[in-house]
Amino acid sequence: MLNRSLSKKRRGYEVLMKALMLLSVGLTAALVLFLLVYVLIEGIPNITWELISTKPSYLTGHIGILPDILNTVCIVIATLLIVLPLGVGAAIYLTEYASNKKVVGIIEYAAETLSGIPSIIYGLVGMLLFSNNMGTSLMAGACTLVIMNLPTIMRTTQESLKTVPQSYREGAFGLGAGKWRVVRTVVLPGCVDGVITGCILSVGRILGESAALLFTAGFAHTMLTFPTGMKSPGATLTVALYVYAKEQGEFGVAFAIAAILMVLTVIINFAATAVQKHFEKRKNI
Amino acid sequence: MSNVINVKDMCLWYGEHQAIKNVNIEIPEKSITAFIGPSGCGKSTFLKTLNRMNDLIPGVKITGDIRYEGTDIFAKDIDVNNLRKEIGMVFQKPNPFPMSIYDNIAYGPRTHGITKKTELDEIVENSLKRAAIWDEVKDRLKKNALGLSGGQQQRLCIARALAVDPKVLLMDEPTSALDPISTSRIEELVLDLKETYTIVMVTHNMQQAVRVSDYTAFFLLGELVEFGRTEDIFSQPQDKRTEDYITGRFG
Repeated sequence: MLNRSLSKKRRGYEVLMKALMLLSVGLTAALVLFLLVYVLIEGIPNITWELISTKPSYLTGHIGILPDILNTVCIVIATLLIVLPLGVGAAIYLTEYASNKKVVGIIEYAAETLSGIPSIIYGLVGMLLFSNNMGTSLMAGACTLVIMNLPTIMRTTQESLKTVPQSYREGAFGLGAGKWRVVRTVVLPGCVDGVITGCILSVGRILGESAALLFTAGFAHTMLTFPTGMKSPGATLTVALYVYAKEQGEFGVAFAIAAILMVLTVIINFAATAVQKHFEKRKNI
Repeated sequence: MSNVINVKDMCLWYGEHQAIKNVNIEIPEKSITAFIGPSGCGKSTFLKTLNRMNDLIPGVKITGDIRYEGTDIFAKDIDVNNLRKEIGMVFQKPNPFPMSIYDNIAYGPRTHGITKKTELDEIVENSLKRAAIWDEVKDRLKKNALGLSGGQQQRLCIARALAVDPKVLLMDEPTSALDPISTSRIEELVLDLKETYTIVMVTHNMQQAVRVSDYTAFFLLGELVEFGRTEDIFSQPQDKRTEDYITGRFG
């Protein structure tokens, strides 16, 4: 009745498939861990207080990345200041006001596509559009990053707007509230989590962006002041990493920057998860 | 007794589909009118037309004449927000906003320009008292309204609707999501409220219609089949279809 040879064959097959999958997960884990550990081991010994608190000088050959850190902060702030009102505003219009579903669909599809194209293309367009007009500068870089992050902010806000129950809107309309009041008092508070998540994802993307900034924000390591310095060129951490590694052969400095960026990315990912959890908890009261 | 709402030859289409056919009805003041009928007969849709909540649904077309206290509610110079202040609404599922009990009640008055703290306090207290929920929540007005039970949430929503001082209250199956005890509390409350307000209520529950309403309208397939005093409708219906429905032969 029980076919022993068949069941043996099946068992062998099971074991083989399990082993193959184990192998792939092992390889994946090894690669990821290797990258993390390697960057940290190479980078952390090179991170000194002097490195992150001084500016570089070509005269003395001294290297410091404080200007690059500040430039990164400036670009992050400037980008968010522009992209937030734009993205959130567009999302509100598309979800709450727009009545032509076809047009909304086209815009959503375009945004989706926009978020998938290689960043170097943004750089190229940003150079022609912004750098040629306002000069290679932090501002031109920020403007380029605005286009890049617009879809992220818009889509996360939209998704979160869609989770606000229709019954809240009905309740508010039923009390005689006008459209904008409903949006401001009932809909927007319900989508704060989406906006914050979008922001954190965008900050992560800005920190990690180099290709788009190579074209638009330049390589200068000078100390700039916010916001007047926005019209001058300046390198962010990622661009500085590229410059130190590729053009000056300072791999120690490059790895130090890499380690800093990696730790920041980890922190940002934690923050995004924490925010989402916090708001989920609040919604389930 | 005068009529608050007069409807003449009203039809409503969702796109190509006609959901309401030539409805004529006059809703008497300070009384409870129940709309009964099987699912999908258009009674909820009709109710939502009375304060133009159907405006929110794309593709809805309405013809005919609906007058609230003599004014055409579809006239160009009508402010729909003021109309909804006069004709309040309570929904099938309790839908308090995710904010404090106090802010829920104060939402309507604030919408219509009342900002003085003392005035708001008074409105909040009075509305909660009229909705028979004051004693249960007076110690936790600052707590989130979503922490209340379903029945309490529904009475809170009634209080919220009363806070803007409406004349008419539309209730769309206000007890269908509630347990029997909460249901009977809401029914008692509604009976109290008809001293002051005109109440129009959609219900799936024929006993409920008999228990609380003064007038009953029976809808079927988008038509208003019969409208009259509740005791007449349930004891001697004029139309064969009404009789079949209330004796449980379909629906």
